[in-house]
Amino acid sequence: MSAVVERSGRPAAPGLPDRPRVGRVRSMVDLYLTEMRTAIAVQFQYRVANYFYMIGMVAEPVIYLVVWSSVARSQGGAVGGYTPGEFAAYYIVWTLVRNINIVFTPYGWEWRIQKGQLSGQLLRPIHPIHYDLGYFAGMKFVVLVLWLPIAAILSLAFHPTLQPSGLGIGVFFVALWGAYLIRSLNMWVLGMITFWTTRVSAIFELYMALELIFSGRLVPLTLLPGWAQGVANFLPFQWTFGFPINALVGKLSTTQLLEGLGMQALWIGIGATIIHFVWRAGIRRFSSVGN
Amino acid sequence: MDRADPIAGRPTRGIRAAARLWWVFFRVGAMNELQYRVNFFLELFQSLVALATGLIALALVFQHTSSLAGWSKPELLAVMGVHVMMGGIIQTLVQPNMDRLAREVQQGTLDYALTKPRDSQLVISVREVRIWQTVNVLMGLIVLGWAVTQLQRGIGVVQALAFAGALVLGAVMIYCFWLVISTGAFWIVRMEEISELFQGVYQAGRWPVTVYPAGLRASLTFLVPVAFAVTVPAQALTHRLTERTLLVAFVFAAALFAFTRWFWRVGLRHYSGASA
Repeated sequence: MSAVVERSGRPAAPGLPDRPRVGRVRSMVDLYLTEMRTAIAVQFQYRVANYFYMIGMVAEPVIYLVVWSSVARSQGGAVGGYTPGEFAAYYIVWTLVRNINIVFTPYGWEWRIQKGQLSGQLLRPIHPIHYDLGYFAGMKFVVLVLWLPIAAILSLAFHPTLQPSGLGIGVFFVALWGAYLIRSLNMWVLGMITFWTTRVSAIFELYMALELIFSGRLVPLTLLPGWAQGVANFLPFQWTFGFPINALVGKLSTTQLLEGLGMQALWIGIGATIIHFVWRAGIRRFSSVGN
Repeated sequence: MDRADPIAGRPTRGIRAAARLWWVFFRVGAMNELQYRVNFFLELFQSLVALATGLIALALVFQHTSSLAGWSKPELLAVMGVHVMMGGIIQTLVQPNMDRLAREVQQGTLDYALTKPRDSQLVISVREVRIWQTVNVLMGLIVLGWAVTQLQRGIGVVQALAFAGALVLGAVMIYCFWLVISTGAFWIVRMEEISELFQGVYQAGRWPVTVYPAGLRASLTFLVPVAFAVTVPAQALTHRLTERTLLVAFVFAAALFAFTRWFWRVGLRHYSGASA
């Protein structure tokens, strides 16, 4: 086994032998599975509360859908390349993507630092981001079960036209997790601002507004004016909303599908790099509050 | 017959007594919030961001069409103004009280409110006020003023009065709706997500309810009275309001208020308290 021993950049904790890589990967997988199982158990307990939350969330895409279907009909059947049926498909898939996109927010960070929760997490040997990634990933399985009936009702009400290619479906399922990772990492970066100021809400609101417009959450990006679409290409947002949705709705060519996955990988890399450096700087600034 | 307040010798029933009670709570609430002035700027900033996104959504729609369900751009701007303004009224006066009610039922501390020698529904409805939220009321008024100057047909005294009347009726209906739902807390206990749910559904009012398919429109009118709160006042400003609609609004508001009062008492009888 000694051949696979690789030393990490960090010195091992005193008193603990540096474990072989296989063991480390296994314990990491174990950590994720445990966090996911915990999330499923906890969230399933509060399924009524979760349902209320989801119904409140469904109002948003239904409003967009109704407004844009109405515009499409008044413009002779389609606007921005979308028919009412395709708008229906877009915004119904939207509801799933939105739920996948629920991650640990900067408000949670604020709470975590104010209550002194972070101090405890720092004592653990594994980077705290893994706990968040695991927990919220587990939540998605509960969300998915709760989402199915909502999707069925919306489909009966709005008659979506969904024409995905085989590749589109495959890319969709990968892209969902890509979107989840990108958004988790971005929110972590945003949340870490709490190391420097404890009032993040204003920055967060502004971020959310930009995301709303440039991600495809408000409208499919083809409905934006040309210059705004250009701006969107330099931002990570569309890879968390518009891209996975369009992969399933069937609006993308094979090249676009594969390029999209590449862009997701790029943004995951960027997010992880920023977190790496900001975390190191932030943790040095951090002085514990609470007990 | 009025029972006299043992200390001040003032009446404890009737509209004037209720107004005085509300004023006392309002002053305490305002003084409390005035300590946190930074919150005003945060609120202002958030309102501006929300307003900007609303205007962008409106601009996007009108980049692709010239009218939506028969409403022109300035008319929809008026709808948005009413929506923001009513949202501000709800967040200033209604939501904080209803959130507190839900919380207190869960924690059992509602008993403190119930033992007060005043009408319990009145007390739980006036205890909280968030004055910084009035930023949205002002913002809505500005949007509304801007919209009115762009309307083809100006507004006269009749429209202004109908608008004010419709607005008051709408606010009463939203209050009743929320109190009925919150009263459900006596049975269900956990009602924290109601605010989330309401915020989501209330967003539908940004557009005139005539845009929505029949089933949704009916729900947004009689189930969650967003139509009466936003669309009907906006109709008054855009010469769409018929006397019949206003009459229906009045009758429905009165009926809903009576039902709410009855339902609150039923809920109270069911409530056994948790702290004792």
